[in-house]
Amino acid sequence: MQRMQETGRLNAGEERLRNLLLLGLAGDEPAYHAFLQELSAHLRAFLRKRLARLPDEVEDLVQESLLAIHNQRHTYDAGQPLTAWIHAIAKYKLVDLLRRRARRDLLTDPLDDESAFSSASDTEAADARRDLGKLLEQLPERQRLPIVHMKLEGLSVTQTARLTGMSESAVKVGVHRGLKALAAIVRGDA
Amino acid sequence: MRTEDLVTMLAKGAGVVQPNQAARRYAAAIAWGASGAALLMVILLRPRPDLAAAMLLPMFWVKIAFVTSFAAASLLAALRLSRPGLSLAWVPGALFAPLLAIWLLATIVLARADAAQRAGLFFGDTWNSCPFLIALLSAPMFVAVVWAMKGLAPTRLRLAGTAAGLLSGAVGTMVYSLHCPEMAAPFIAFWYLLGMLIPTAVGALLGPRLLRW
Repeated sequence: MQRMQETGRLNAGEERLRNLLLLGLAGDEPAYHAFLQELSAHLRAFLRKRLARLPDEVEDLVQESLLAIHNQRHTYDAGQPLTAWIHAIAKYKLVDLLRRRARRDLLTDPLDDESAFSSASDTEAADARRDLGKLLEQLPERQRLPIVHMKLEGLSVTQTARLTGMSESAVKVGVHRGLKALAAIVRGDA
Repeated sequence: MRTEDLVTMLAKGAGVVQPNQAARRYAAAIAWGASGAALLMVILLRPRPDLAAAMLLPMFWVKIAFVTSFAAASLLAALRLSRPGLSLAWVPGALFAPLLAIWLLATIVLARADAAQRAGLFFGDTWNSCPFLIALLSAPMFVAVVWAMKGLAPTRLRLAGTAAGLLSGAVGTMVYSLHCPEMAAPFIAFWYLLGMLIPTAVGALLGPRLLRW
């Protein structure tokens, strides 16, 4: 019943969200930005309900799912319901997180884990514990520089290529691989 | 890190995404996997010397039809399992249909044969090498399918690994059937299937480890 309500509510906004994604995939950057922004609210609601006992993990997982959805956005089939695709990815990341925690708890004393007891505010906890700067430091230069210049400073491919002395295709590959590597670091196996 | 900052970073310069990437990756995987299998077959096994004559017999085409439809169904399974949120729907039915057809044919052939011939129809001359050679020929395709899947986003890893194994087994068998001298339905219904199940088991076993993302 609860599940049905949830799908019903999502269906209303689903068409809008889907249009934004399709525009974004075709290269419309503001539309893609709007898609990701609405998506993060969806993900937060979806994951908060499923991680009620681990509220401190919610925002981390929202970000991990956002990164996963961005990196795998080429796997969305336009004929497919968008929520099915999004939820499948979010659930996959959720199960992965729970499995990681279970493994970690086997190794360490679970009572040391403060996060299980501290209560996080249920309002827009839009800040995660991870630090982007520290994550980026772990990437090799050929991936870090393209991400810093293009994705953070907003330079174009040509400008980034000139600044770093890399070729334009190396810049594009660097961004692509760098974001995949970030996802792997966040997942904890890189 | 604030989620809003992450969103801004991801959106900035995100660019155009080419459509139909799953189909393209699988087309490349099949091209590499099938050529790899064909190369192995030509070098190690050679096509059967009477291939041209065999191609005139209906049973040769029954055999090809069985493996091809099985390969097509496992390709559909792999394609669907490579992307999040797609169910298998009717694909298991499409996998079982060619199996049921060949089992039915095998039963009829065995029922009509003399008791003395039955063992020959089942074991042929090559039962003890057939499944292993099929597994060997499926290896290049297995690597190619895992590559294709890793570039997409399977979320049910064991099932996806199983489908990858099944597809590579079926492609390996298609190539193997150009070498294999056996033409009896009971042989194909059992030993070919056993050969395809070897990479399938490997895929089911390794899927969760190989495909994680």
